Amino acid sequence: MTRESASERPMLEIHDLHAAARPAAAEPADSSGRADIPILKGIDLVLRAGEVHAIMGPNGSGKSTLANVLAGKPGYEVTSGRVLFEGRDLLAMAPEERAREGIFLAFQYPVEIPGVSNMYFLKQAANAVRAHRGLEELDAMEFLQLAREKMKLVEIPEALMSRAINEGFSGGEKKRNEVLQMAVLDPKLAVLDETDSGLDIDALRIVANGVNSLRSPLRAMLVITHYQRLLEYIVPDRVHVLSDGRIVKSGGRELARELEAKGYAWTRAAGATERGRDGACP
Amino acid sequence: MSDEALERLANRDYPFGFTTEIEQDIVEPGLSEDVIRLISSKKGEPAWMVDWRLEAYRRWQKMVEPHHWANVHYPPIDYQAIRYYAAPKQRKALESLDELDPELRRTYEKLGISLDEQKRLAGVAVDAVFDSVSVATTFKKELEKHGIIFCPFSEAVQRAPELVQRYLGSVVPQGDNFFAALNSAVFTDGSFVYVPPGVRCPMELSTYFRINASETGQFERTLIIADRGAYVSYLEGCTAPQRDENQLHAAVVELIALDDAEIKYSTVQNWYPGDAEGRGGIYNFVTKRGKCAGRRSKISWTQVETGSAITWKYPSCILQGDESVGEFYSVALVAKRQQADTGTKMIHIGKNTRSTIISKGISAGHGQNSYRGLVRIQKGADGARNYSQCDSLLIGSRCGAHTFPYLEVANPTAKVEHEATTSKIGEDQLFYCQQRGIAEEDAVNMIVNGFCKRVLRELPREFAVEAQKLLGVSLEGAVG
Repeated sequence: MTRESASERPMLEIHDLHAAARPAAAEPADSSGRADIPILKGIDLVLRAGEVHAIMGPNGSGKSTLANVLAGKPGYEVTSGRVLFEGRDLLAMAPEERAREGIFLAFQYPVEIPGVSNMYFLKQAANAVRAHRGLEELDAMEFLQLAREKMKLVEIPEALMSRAINEGFSGGEKKRNEVLQMAVLDPKLAVLDETDSGLDIDALRIVANGVNSLRSPLRAMLVITHYQRLLEYIVPDRVHVLSDGRIVKSGGRELARELEAKGYAWTRAAGATERGRDGACP
Repeated sequence: MSDEALERLANRDYPFGFTTEIEQDIVEPGLSEDVIRLISSKKGEPAWMVDWRLEAYRRWQKMVEPHHWANVHYPPIDYQAIRYYAAPKQRKALESLDELDPELRRTYEKLGISLDEQKRLAGVAVDAVFDSVSVATTFKKELEKHGIIFCPFSEAVQRAPELVQRYLGSVVPQGDNFFAALNSAVFTDGSFVYVPPGVRCPMELSTYFRINASETGQFERTLIIADRGAYVSYLEGCTAPQRDENQLHAAVVELIALDDAEIKYSTVQNWYPGDAEGRGGIYNFVTKRGKCAGRRSKISWTQVETGSAITWKYPSCILQGDESVGEFYSVALVAKRQQADTGTKMIHIGKNTRSTIISKGISAGHGQNSYRGLVRIQKGADGARNYSQCDSLLIGSRCGAHTFPYLEVANPTAKVEHEATTSKIGEDQLFYCQQRGIAEEDAVNMIVNGFCKRVLRELPREFAVEAQKLLGVSLEGAVG
């Protein structure tokens, strides 16, 4: 694999990002009706290759919205601001294009797709991404070899691969499967959305080990979590605290522990004084 | 994904809409006893056959077209405006396949059906029905070695009159319903299969139906008999040109399985579905029924219905023999303005009879899809069992899915289970696939094929691949 080493240019630059959720996206008949609900209210963030940043924040602060907007999930409207991925306008790309360019979102709630085998899905995804990168498609045998190697990282048994995607998977199996997909697709930027939610301590350790093994000077990671527990395992370079759609505090890994001790109320008070400053950039 | 994208996927072009220019022998539109006699004389039928047709015609005249119970809507059909016979002109009977009109050969090649025995997929014999007549049947001689008769229906009337007389109308009587009565009066061609006792048919048999002529109805008749301990797997495929008019296809299929016999009947139906505004397309009003007459006999229906403006059919099983087994596996896909009212009837008469119903309905565009199924356990059917599963998948927000299960149980030892689900192709599922780099249309195909997997795996392998592609083709441009 040949990839440029960390260049001068950051991998991801988020400038004053505002985004709103579109209510009732499932009912297009009702398009005239209700107003969008603003969620992100001016996010600034810069990530360089090799860095791991954590985003923490209370429920409703906009953590998952940030992840979804980066991945291009329908149902959100970016009202202002810019996002550059390797210098290119990320927001202009279709979701699958972002994925092929190297953005991976590990879902908080991975969906089930009945009748579609986990292995088949992964192979289709891997080949779609490879084709985009100008690599040859892997045939069944080559892919199986690659998948088996990566399955070891997160201790996924072969039996799980022949089942339908996420159907009847336990919480831990679903999250391990997300990390397996990440390992196979080899993204440049991995966004992990509450990957620790619903995991017991053993499952958490397996998932975290998998993620840590994928840390690389060429890859950036954005780890979204409510609790600092995950950050004991996946140690971030920077920690940002999100509150009401803004990054209200940024710091080193110790910030996570401080938060745990003092609670989010502390950052809201702190945020009031820091607001408006470009505190998010490392 | 956006509604427009789904819409686009649902409304893609129909690839088989071409017309073949060929000299035709056609009968003027209209229906009367004279027309029936004319059809019969063109086929050189014996007196008993023409009498049977006329009897059916007289019954039909007294019947009223059903309009109330099915969940389909269409303007009245003018039965006097339909042509009941159209056939490519042929100078004489074909001695071998080499004499087939090259234009017809090209037509079937364009449809992906090779009538060349050497080139054809090994293990599949084909009967090619073009409008009202069979134009070619492959591997006849090979099959004859095993005592198997596989030929156009018209030929069977000559070659095996005793079998035809014995079984024709024995499962679907002339007066069974309006369209079956019409078919009994005017049927033209279709396939006839007889597999003798203890013979396992060494290849898949298939009939490829093509409607070509305009203003013409196709009324084919298929009769398949599996004698004691015999086995046969049969598949039919269908296409038609793209026209603004609606054309009627009213077929009757009868299957008979004697003791320990098994018939597997598969359909991949891709009649022209009409355009996005609902102009044109085939009215596919078909009666298909099998009788498990013998002990431990088995009839299995598998259908993939993606075409036609309106599909109205209920491939059914009469489970008369003790321990006989009926199965129905169905995928019905509607897009554009298509309507489908389809399902099955499982009539349990014999003891310890078993039936399985797996129905997968997919609705996209403005399509309306209804599952209608009857499970009847008669008084003497001790130990009968049925399992039914009906799942509906909605793509977009302008389509509809409906389920009408009917259950009649007259024996307390029966065990009947019914499960039903309705789901929407989730934006979440699509996004999940896209986030992994999979294009939107590929994602829809993947989700739809996953949804249909249980049914598709019942198809013979070569056709399962074709059916999978067809589901993708039919949905292209549909997704929301």
